[in-house]
Amino acid sequence: MNNIVSGFSRVAGYRTFGVIVMVAVLYAVLLASDPKARSWDNQMTIANRLGFYGVLTLGVGVLIISGGIDLSIGSVVALGAVSFVMLARQGFHPYLAALLVVLMGSGIGIANGVLVTKLRLQPFLVTLCGLFVFRGLARWLSPQGSPGLGQVPSEFKPAVENLRYWLFGGSPLGVPQVLILLLVLAAILAVLVHWSVFGRHIFAIGYNEQAARYAGVAIDRCKILAYVICSTCAGLGGLLYILDNQTATPTSAGALLELYAITGAVIGGCSLRGGEGSVLGMLLGAALLPLIKQIIIFGGISNDLEYVLIGLVLLAGTIVDQLLVKRN
Amino acid sequence: MAGPPLLEVRGICKQFPGVRALDQVSLRLDAGEVLAVVGENGAGKSTLMKILGGIYTPDAGEIFLDGRPVQLPSVVAAQRLGISLIHQELNLAENLSIAANIFLGREKWLPGLWGVLDSRTMNGETERLLARVGLNLSPNTAVGNLKPGQKQLVEIARALSLDARILIMDEPTSSLSQSETDRLYEVVFDLKRAGVAVVYISHRLFEVERVADRAVVLRDGKNAGELARHEINHASLVRLMVGRDLKQFYPRTHGTRADASIRLEVRDVRYQGGPDEPISFQLRAGEIVGMAGLVGAGRTELAEALFGIRRLTAGQVLIDGDLLAGNGKAVSPKRAMAAGLVLIPEDRRLHGLVLQESVAFNLSLPNLSELALGGLVQRSKERHLAKGLVDRLRIRTPSLWQKVGLLSGGNQQKVVVGKWLAQTPRVLIFDEPTRGVDVGAKAEIYALMDQLAGQGSAVLMISSDLEEVLAMSDRVLVLHQGRLAGELPRARLTEEAVMHLATGGTTREWPEPS
Repeated sequence: MNNIVSGFSRVAGYRTFGVIVMVAVLYAVLLASDPKARSWDNQMTIANRLGFYGVLTLGVGVLIISGGIDLSIGSVVALGAVSFVMLARQGFHPYLAALLVVLMGSGIGIANGVLVTKLRLQPFLVTLCGLFVFRGLARWLSPQGSPGLGQVPSEFKPAVENLRYWLFGGSPLGVPQVLILLLVLAAILAVLVHWSVFGRHIFAIGYNEQAARYAGVAIDRCKILAYVICSTCAGLGGLLYILDNQTATPTSAGALLELYAITGAVIGGCSLRGGEGSVLGMLLGAALLPLIKQIIIFGGISNDLEYVLIGLVLLAGTIVDQLLVKRN
Repeated sequence: MAGPPLLEVRGICKQFPGVRALDQVSLRLDAGEVLAVVGENGAGKSTLMKILGGIYTPDAGEIFLDGRPVQLPSVVAAQRLGISLIHQELNLAENLSIAANIFLGREKWLPGLWGVLDSRTMNGETERLLARVGLNLSPNTAVGNLKPGQKQLVEIARALSLDARILIMDEPTSSLSQSETDRLYEVVFDLKRAGVAVVYISHRLFEVERVADRAVVLRDGKNAGELARHEINHASLVRLMVGRDLKQFYPRTHGTRADASIRLEVRDVRYQGGPDEPISFQLRAGEIVGMAGLVGAGRTELAEALFGIRRLTAGQVLIDGDLLAGNGKAVSPKRAMAAGLVLIPEDRRLHGLVLQESVAFNLSLPNLSELALGGLVQRSKERHLAKGLVDRLRIRTPSLWQKVGLLSGGNQQKVVVGKWLAQTPRVLIFDEPTRGVDVGAKAEIYALMDQLAGQGSAVLMISSDLEEVLAMSDRVLVLHQGRLAGELPRARLTEEAVMHLATGGTTREWPEPS
């Protein structure tokens, strides 16, 4: 076992090893829990959920590596989902509306990044405020109940259906498109995080901002870009949310998603102190929550215990991680 | 002397990740003697003293007190046996009173009233202790209001309250003024007369000459030699400390010319957190200029301002005649680098290195734009650059991908310096370049500075190590409370002259050497 761990750690870091084991164990538990859990449909459900959580986890993971944090993700998802419908109702073509929703995320990222770097505010506080503000905006934008795709003007319906098909329909490979989208995004971010100058810089900043500063790294620019990546992913998440769920209740859509995303990134090896993490780990970490949800469904566990289970899995992951750190 | 010595240490070893801090070190201490423990930074002095103070446990070796073997597993255990360690960075709670600090952790209660403080007894005892160390202060004075020298004396009073028979003082004068230092000497001599044994750690050799009855010299974690009172002098101490010919240790092959071009010009500069009085000086191509001063004299702050870490509020900085900062232009580390000015920061773990990352990562960090193609780092180029620097600086590491935090202090420091040498900088500011570095790596860093100056770079060496300031500098700028107190050309460089300026004296008062 020790050999496997050390052999693997040379390749991908021991932290990734832990999450691989956890995902494998949870997946085995799920498959063993019920024959129906082994159905192709169920695999598709997991893949769909993974695609959605994965996008958010990757975004916040990159930000966490740089030493930041974002608590506003869930609210940005809600605002994005509501905005898509509202923009279409205002006469924006759905393709344009989709683009605008993602760009709105980027804009929020710039705002967060500027507040954190130029005004030197704490990331936790800035994004905590964002959590309230964007949720409030989502509610204000939809005074009468829940905006839904049904409210989109009829001439836009085909375009909306196209978007839905592209992102959630079947695909030539027989996997949901959203999973393909996630993998493409992961590939891009992997190059950015693990091979680019920007990636080097965020690892240096996250672990030791002062040392990066003394080495002439443009700290503010890198940090702002990390916030932009995170919130752009959240904006994309909002788009995925509305297309998948068809309606978005502004009071609850996307609630707690920031915590799920952070949990996934942390279990996947991102240290909240910054400077550690990998894209592969984030992808695996993102798979944990969908697996836990399915285990609850198929294992006949009370729905009310969902949070308990999530908390315990996170705790177990942290303990295992700590033991591995000590051994190394 | 008859009977066993008060304290005897035999064959102490201590290993830290990457360094053998102590290797078979032995030491003897008699009552009523002042023993100086001398050595370069990283020689193991502080480690040895922390073992005696109960902070570290040795890997091997024996400690005898009055001839009986003892264990020192904790600070409290050491204090019970009468050994008190006074740290370089004082350990006092600034928000509490003197009396509260002296009795911290051993507060006295009113008889029969559990937990109710007996202030009268504690204050009375504190007054007696303060009188013994010559401090005329109320026991209720908040420690935060005291001067550094007074805090040092409070620490000593605290040690006395523990009935210390052995008092270990680690660099006690590093932040004291001259008069405070004199006061401290008097207390040391009083303690000695009272039979207390004092271990005095310092790298200010003229202090050692003055106070020590005997000196033990450590080098790279080993006993390098011992000097009796009459043998203690500057030359003999230094020879034992560096263990080689001084000319070889402090190489000076670069020639300086008074007409060399001006590399760095600092014109009437003021900076955030600095004094109101502006500062001006110049560095010429091919010279090594020392910058001396007490801790807190503003040397690091000035360096940070020149490198763009701190904001300049007035004045100009020019590199080779081109404006780097001033007239509304702000410096940033990136711009300073581009202009050829680099800073090797004082605290390498905090400012110099990303410790958990590899040697190659750290060496390439400021050079990534040269290594990248389309924003992606080219691993082959990175390996080439890192390999070249590791070879050039003789960085001892098992591989380029070793975590830099696992290297020894000396090799870590070489990485900090090395990352700037991929391009030849025009001006290098070294802030405490050899702190916590072993003798071998020190010699290599000096040779490198000499070589850089020989290639026409200008080197500013900020250092509290007077030895290296005297040996390496072509001239020395001395700072006192942020102001330039004076400049000493090489011909007039002495330890005393530097200390005189650093503690507030002026050049005029200091006589020309006859």
